[in-house]
Amino acid sequence: MTEPKPSERVCILGAGSAMAEHTARLLAARGARLALVARNSTRLRSIAADLSARGAGAVVERCVDFADLNDPDALLDSVSLALGGLDAVLIFYGDLGDQTVAESDTAEAARLLNVNFLSAATLSLAAAARLEASDFPRPVLLCIGSVAGDRGRASNFIYGAAKGGLAVLYQGLQHRFALKRLAVRAVVIKAGFVDTPMTAAFAKGGPLWARPEAVARTIVAAMEKGGPVIYAPWFWRWIMLIIRLLPQSLMNRLNL
Amino acid sequence: MAPRGYHVARGLRPWGRVQTGDQLVARPRFVDEIATLVHASRAGGLTSLCTGLGRSYGDSALNQGQTVIDMSRLDRVLAFDAVNGVLRAEAGLGLSDVITRIVPHGWFLPTTPGTRFVTLGGAVANDVHGKNHGRAGTFGASVRRIGLWRSDRGEVEISPDLTPELFCATVGGLGLTGAILWVEIQLARIGSSRLDVETIPFGNLDQFLQIALESEAGHEHTVAWVDCSSRGPGFGRGVFTRANWRDDGPLTVHTDRRRLTLPVDLPGFALNGLSLAALNALIHARQTTRPRREICHYAQAFYPLDAIGAWNRLYGPRGFFQFQCVTPLGAGMQPVADLLAAISAVGQGSFLVVLKTFGERASPGLLSFPRRGVTLAIDVANRGERTLALLSRLDRIVMAAGGRLYPAKDGRMPPAMFRAGYPELPRFIGQIDPAFSSSFWRRMCHD
Ligand SMILES: Cc1cc2nc3c(=O)[nH]c(=O)nc-3n(C[C@H](O)[C@H](O)[C@H](O)COP(=O)(O)OP(=O)(O)OC[C@H]3O[C@@H](n4cnc5c(N)ncnc54)[C@H](O)[C@@H]3O)c2cc1C
Repeated sequence: MTEPKPSERVCILGAGSAMAEHTARLLAARGARLALVARNSTRLRSIAADLSARGAGAVVERCVDFADLNDPDALLDSVSLALGGLDAVLIFYGDLGDQTVAESDTAEAARLLNVNFLSAATLSLAAAARLEASDFPRPVLLCIGSVAGDRGRASNFIYGAAKGGLAVLYQGLQHRFALKRLAVRAVVIKAGFVDTPMTAAFAKGGPLWARPEAVARTIVAAMEKGGPVIYAPWFWRWIMLIIRLLPQSLMNRLNL
Repeated sequence: MAPRGYHVARGLRPWGRVQTGDQLVARPRFVDEIATLVHASRAGGLTSLCTGLGRSYGDSALNQGQTVIDMSRLDRVLAFDAVNGVLRAEAGLGLSDVITRIVPHGWFLPTTPGTRFVTLGGAVANDVHGKNHGRAGTFGASVRRIGLWRSDRGEVEISPDLTPELFCATVGGLGLTGAILWVEIQLARIGSSRLDVETIPFGNLDQFLQIALESEAGHEHTVAWVDCSSRGPGFGRGVFTRANWRDDGPLTVHTDRRRLTLPVDLPGFALNGLSLAALNALIHARQTTRPRREICHYAQAFYPLDAIGAWNRLYGPRGFFQFQCVTPLGAGMQPVADLLAAISAVGQGSFLVVLKTFGERASPGLLSFPRRGVTLAIDVANRGERTLALLSRLDRIVMAAGGRLYPAKDGRMPPAMFRAGYPELPRFIGQIDPAFSSSFWRRMCHD
């Protein structure tokens, strides 16, 4: 664990997810001031109580449905006001959806593209502007991407397209920060299979499944250095390298 | 097909690893999911059971062929009053996490079982006891309030004064009175994370009882280990350990990282009678030459076994039984002597024989195990019929002495023995939630 940083002010969007909660626990333990944004207020209350008991310098709660977020600037302003500034914005929310439903129902496809890309992208752009103004030594904008965004595959390409788009946005933001010679960083965590409620329907176990606690440690480390693309767990970098390099003729014969 | 929210888990085993079976398992993260899960299970004609960290040895935390709600992800502290030492937390929070969060503030659990990898819900549902039973009573004695979800009433807050009947059914209630959502406990003040530990050898069982009773007034924590392999003059010898918290800081916590874990089952022969005898004699030689005093951290004093993860795999793929009984003080040490004689007669040895007295404090639960008397716990490797025959012999000794067995450790006691040992059973049955059941319960009551 790094030394206490009482001034660290972190906004966590999609704070109800397992990865978000475990990340928040690590941050709370070092005294961070946290703003938690999620949809379900009773769930948020139990998470917030626990984070306070774990030593968070402050915990602010905001109830928001990201699928229906029309003013990202207002949300970030209110959070920033409550925390006294913003040093990190972490975006965890996402919806795996059901690919087969989304393929035949364009409204469902639009909903998935909206929550996984449009909503996350506009929030990221709004957050980037604010973090550029931060005087914190290492401000960071971070989102959870997915290995599904690395190559379009029949089983999940709508979710994958949204996550892939988000990763490109983050690469671009990182490039912009670097050109401006700013300390702020943009990081996308490309998560593999994480054992969370979102994936509860899948058969678990085996070496490819990671625990959300472990991914949370990667995320907290990534808030300090690395990026703009970080695979979690690390071996997915190599798995996805191979998958990206597969010739399409071979891909066409694989059911991935 | 599994009801919504559940997945099939095959070949799950409890801590003793003897029983196995398939269950439908759900792992919720929020209390509001419980109602939906139990209703989905019911709609499929199935019963539910909430479980913690699976540290019960037999079938009391199994619901074979039915649904199980693994509560271990409900692990949030809801409120901690560091001034008065009151903690309210979700039922899936492990005692290990509770400890790391309260010790720096000068508090400890009111009492703790021999492993810290137990949830608050599990500690309540088995009304667990610790080495300080004489002072603190059972875990349930320090429970102020419980948030319970019932299929017939929804969420209810229960406490000894507001809902005495449901409270004393839920404490020690084996998970059958509904889902424990959260627990509020009164913690105990400590002035240090270390204890003064004194180790005293004893030559026979009567000496044990004498030291145990003498130690009750001046020592909070007491327990003894008995050499189960020696016969003849060495019969019943062992070491008695008694301890008190120190009051001179520091307040340092343990860590759960860097534990050794047995990755696979050892072959069953690793624990044959010969190696056990050698091991017992070795421990004896090292510990009992003379009384010894030392200062120990609580992790060493309370949780020596937790240093090795999955030690239960030492017993090989067939697993092991734990047999824990309590016999009334009035019967003296004769039942224990008979039990040890029966065990050493078959030469099957046993890794751990733990002996201790339970104090005067009445247990709050209708089915709580502890009562004034002497409790003995032994691990016995599963060798099939031979082992079951031995355990039946032990049952008869316990029954004849008017004693009973601990359901948390049991996977095979006959239903008649359960009924005889727990006279409040009819009262308890009136408080069961109709949507809940367990493998243990069906074995006891529906055979
Ligand atoms: C090494 C070791 C040492 C031990 N030492 C002791 C000791 O000294 N004293 C002692 O008393 N016990 C001892 N035990 C036994 C252990 O303390 C109990 O079995 C305890 O109840 C296990 O808790 P768990 O969280 O693992 O629950 P599980 O074993 O998963 O479940 C135990 C019971 O609690 C119920 N339950 C769990 N959570 C809930 C919930 N949220 N709502 C409703 N019901 C629930 C289950 O249905 C089940 O009936 C020891 C066990 C081990 C492995």
